[in-house]
Order: sequence, then structure tokens, then C-alpha cells
Amino acid sequence: MENKVIIIGAGPAGLSAAITLAEKNIGVVVIDEYLYAGGRLLGQLYEETPNKWWNGIAESERLLARAKELNVEFSLQTSVSDLEKMDQDWVVHTNKGVFHTKQLLLATGAAESPFPIPGWTLPGVMSVGAAQVMTNVHRVKPGERGIIIGVNVLSSAIAMELQIADVQVAAITLPAANLLTIDSSDPLDVMNSLLHVSHMAPSLLIKIGSKFMKNEFLKKLGITFYPKDGVKMWGIPIMLRKAVIEIVGKEQVEGVVLATVNVDGSIVPGSEKRIDVDFVCIAGGLYPLAELASLAGCPFHYIEQLGGFVPLHNEQMETNLAGLHVAGNITGIEGAKVALAQGKVAALSIASKLGASVTQLDIQQAIKNVETTRAHAHIQFHPEVLVGRQKMKKIWAQSLSHTMS
Amino acid sequence: MTERIMSHPILGDLPHKEKVSFTFDDQLYEAYKGESLAAALLAQGIRTLRVHEETSHPRGIYCNIGHCFECRVNINGLDGERACITPVAEGMVVKSGKVLPTTVRDWRKHHGK
Ligand SMILES: Cc1cc2nc3c(=O)[nH]c(=O)nc-3n(C[C@H](O)[C@H](O)[C@H](O)COP(=O)(O)OP(=O)(O)OC[C@H]3O[C@@H](n4cnc5c(N)ncnc54)[C@H](O)[C@@H]3O)c2cc1C
Ligand code: FES
Repeated sequence: MENKVIIIGAGPAGLSAAITLAEKNIGVVVIDEYLYAGGRLLGQLYEETPNKWWNGIAESERLLARAKELNVEFSLQTSVSDLEKMDQDWVVHTNKGVFHTKQLLLATGAAESPFPIPGWTLPGVMSVGAAQVMTNVHRVKPGERGIIIGVNVLSSAIAMELQIADVQVAAITLPAANLLTIDSSDPLDVMNSLLHVSHMAPSLLIKIGSKFMKNEFLKKLGITFYPKDGVKMWGIPIMLRKAVIEIVGKEQVEGVVLATVNVDGSIVPGSEKRIDVDFVCIAGGLYPLAELASLAGCPFHYIEQLGGFVPLHNEQMETNLAGLHVAGNITGIEGAKVALAQGKVAALSIASKLGASVTQLDIQQAIKNVETTRAHAHIQFHPEVLVGRQKMKKIWAQSLSHTMS
Repeated sequence: MTERIMSHPILGDLPHKEKVSFTFDDQLYEAYKGESLAAALLAQGIRTLRVHEETSHPRGIYCNIGHCFECRVNINGLDGERACITPVAEGMVVKSGKVLPTTVRDWRKHHGK
């Protein structure tokens, strides 16, 4: 078929878009550089409600099977390195040749920010997502015993996943304060964000603590009296008053140096202590992986609540460039279910442009579904994602009034 | 030394997969067909995939999903391939990334550093 819709990214957003388009009899090619389809959904594994597990591998396989049933084509192990517009076509440059399309969907997901701590280039240091994929997808232990640097939703979830796989996590702790770790090394800021994972924590202390600490003053008190060795979540000490100041080892990771930190994040001199680990996970948070949108020429806006710089887009998942759509984490950091719902919106707005039977009502309903999914999300990466979404909506409206005037 | 997770309380037993062999720096290794080269090497305790091209400091995987390019190796003669997104195949010849010749070694001297 001529000029199929091309989707870059076989994560939940890309897969759900592909399925929706194919269900409308529209030809689709999904390009992804990874070994398997599924994107970051592949590594996900957590208990949503007692005894009900969200198994990302099973979900990915189910989506892939459905897409194949509908004759969606896949080009895996295919890295996209450039995009350009020629006449009416988007030209997609990859290591497996050049693809052309009139309607392109970018669903490239998110990437992880590191903390540049001394020793972080040693083999054995990896992003927390790397450990997730090693453990749950490849079924290889990242090591015997590790430490996680960075206290946030993703690191807490992955700590538990490691523990289920019988990989020891010595502690989850803060990075040492430096220019690049500002928000992540201040115990108070971290405590604030930690309150948002409290619903996942069976530890009574954190549960009670989170209600108790909503008040600023009490929170400060909480930090001050926060036990130096941390409170335990799933048996793993979460240390808000300790920071890893150095990762040590000759040829690979052998340990880390932990120090006690004051309430403002500064280090207590003489408190340094070495502990032995054979791997270190860095959890610096996620940001939208949007380079391709940038190459395509999309305007970008920095919206902290969405995780960083995001391409200008509207609720229908259109960018301001003809034939270019975006969906999933590239538009803001949220969980897989929101990405799935966004993929559907993008697909419906593409399908309507291609003359398929899609009504405005269908699109509006799909948008509503994104909102309800968001409201019920189990994992929320940023507590104020709604504020971020509103900001983007406003910027879009302003950009329209500019083009009209 | 690391190991494979043969049985997992939620994901179940490791599915049976075909075995293949490949070489890494002329040593013969076994792997499961289709798994990533990075996973296959880590499962045998190998963490160092290359050295920094100038300083020779050891490097391994960082992101494990193709974003950071830390895991660059030479695969069947091709330089700069990412071990974390390349599936192992029978007879694959892999070489770790090496120090590159630097013709102007002492540039610092001439730049007052
Ligand atoms: C390391 C990591 C771990 C995460 N863990 C969780 C978790 O446990 N729970 C949770 O709810 N959310 C998690 N997330 C958030 C997660 O991104 C969303 O849940 C969801 O997977 C986003 O879906 P997506 O379709 O937007 O993108 P993704 O699932 O990230 O898929 C994007 C796909 O695009 C491909 N791609 C990107 N760039 C290119 C290119 N240039 N060429 C070819 N292919 C490309 C990638 O290979 C990838 O398969 C995680 C995110 C990351 C980065
Ligand atoms: S480990 Fe990052 S690209 Fe392979």
C-alpha cells in the first residue's frame, strides 16, 4: 500500500495507535530500535491491587498479537536518526533505509536523567530503568546487591521489582548535593515527592507519616527527626538523611561512600562510611525523548510538570506541523495506561484526516478517556501533571491566535 | 558474578530458549538466541564492554535501552554497535571497544592546561 501511516515507537502509545488505525483499515508501519515491541511497558511489574499484578510483558505481547492480527507491519531493530519534510511527505531516515509517509506519529517515549556522581562511569553503575529491563525482560540479575540513588516513584517501584526477583537492595538514598542534583538532594523536596508514593507503601510509618506531614512545619520536623538509617518500605531502608558521595571500584563497582546529610542537604563532615555493593542504580527521573520532534521543526516549551521540554501539541495530539502527531511520554511523563489512551486519540485524529469514518464525538470521547485514565492512574510521575496539561493547552490556544492575527 | 533468574514468583519459570554461541574478545560464550548481547555478557559476569577511547577507563552498560551509547562494541567488524539493543546470533564475533590512537597526545601542554 502507498504511503502507510508511520509510527515511530512501539511502546504502549505507538501500539495502541497502530491498532486503532488498523481497525479503521488504514495501513501502518511501526518502527522501533529495540529488540521487541512494547517499549518501556516491557519491564513494568507491580501489584495494582492486592494480588492483581500489572505485568508489562504480558500486556505488550497482547498488544503486539492484536496489531499483527490486523496486519500492522513492524520494523524492529530500526533506529531513526533523522526526519525531514519533502513536499508533502515526511522522510524518515533509519539504519535500515529511508521511509516515506504523509502522516507520521512520534511515540518515542522518555529517557532517564543521570546524576553525575564521582565514579558513575564505572561498569556496574546503571540507570534504574536498566536494572528493571535486565531483571524483568532479560531475566538476568543486575548484580547481587545494589544501592539505588534517587528517591522517587520509579526508583521505589523498581526497588520492589528487584526484591521480588531476589536481588538485594541495600538502600534507596539521595545523591550528594551538587549543581545538577538540586531538587533530588534536598531532603525536604524529596520528602514532599515521597508523599505521593505513600499509597504504594505497606510500611505503616510512611503511610501514617504522609498524612501527618502534609503541613510544612510538621514536614520539617519529620525530616529533622527522620531516623538516620531511614524508614523501611518493603523492607528496604529509604535513607533521606544519607547521600552517596562517591562510587568506588577499580575495574567495576565495589562499593559506595555514604554520608549523613543535614536538613538542607549539606554533608556532615566525618560521617562518611563505605558500604559494599556490586551494582549501583541511578534514578534521576524521566524526561520526554523528543529529539525527533525537534529535528522535524516543532516548537518546544519547557513545562516542569510534564517532565521538561515538550513539543507544542493540542488535545487531539496534533503538532503545528502538517502530518505530524505525537503521543505518550513524548508529550509528558505519565504511566503506560495514559500512553495507551493518548495513542488512541492520535490515531483517531490521523484517521479522520485520511477520510476514515471518525466523528468529532469519537475523538472527544477518546480525549475524555485519557482524562479518566489519568485521574485513576496507579503511578503518577508528577503530582501536578494536570497543571502541566493545562499550561500546554493554553500555549496551544495562544499559538493559534498568533497565527490568525 | 551475576546470574539468570530461572524462576520468578510472578513471571514464572524462564521459558526454554534455543542456545547459540558467540565470541567476545576471542573467548567463546553461550547465550540464549535473541537475547541482547549486553544481557548475555552480564549473565556470564562480564560488565566491561569497552574502554574510554582516550583514557582507557572501563565502561559498561548504563541505560540498557539504546539511549546512552555507553555499550558500544564491534560486532562482526562493525564499530559502534550498541550491545544492549543487538540480539545475539549464532557465530557472532564481538570485540570490546578499544582505546583509539591519539596523534596529538600532549595537546594540554600547548594549551596551558
Ligand atoms: C526506564 C523507564 C522505566 C519506566 N518504568 C515505568 C514503570 O515501571 N511504570 C510506569 O507506569 N511507567 C514507567 N515508565 C514510563 C513509561 O515511559 C510509560 O509508562 C510508557 O511506557 C510510555 O509509553 P510510550 O509509548 O510513550 O513510550 P515508550 O514505552 O518509552 O516507547 C517508546 C519506544 O520508542 C522507541 N524509540 C525511541 N526513539 C527511537 C528512535 N530514534 N528510533 C527508533 N525507535 C525509537 C523506543 O525503543 C521505545 O520502544 C518508564 C519509563 C522509562 C524511560
Ligand atoms: S547501555 Fe545505553 S545505549 Fe546501550
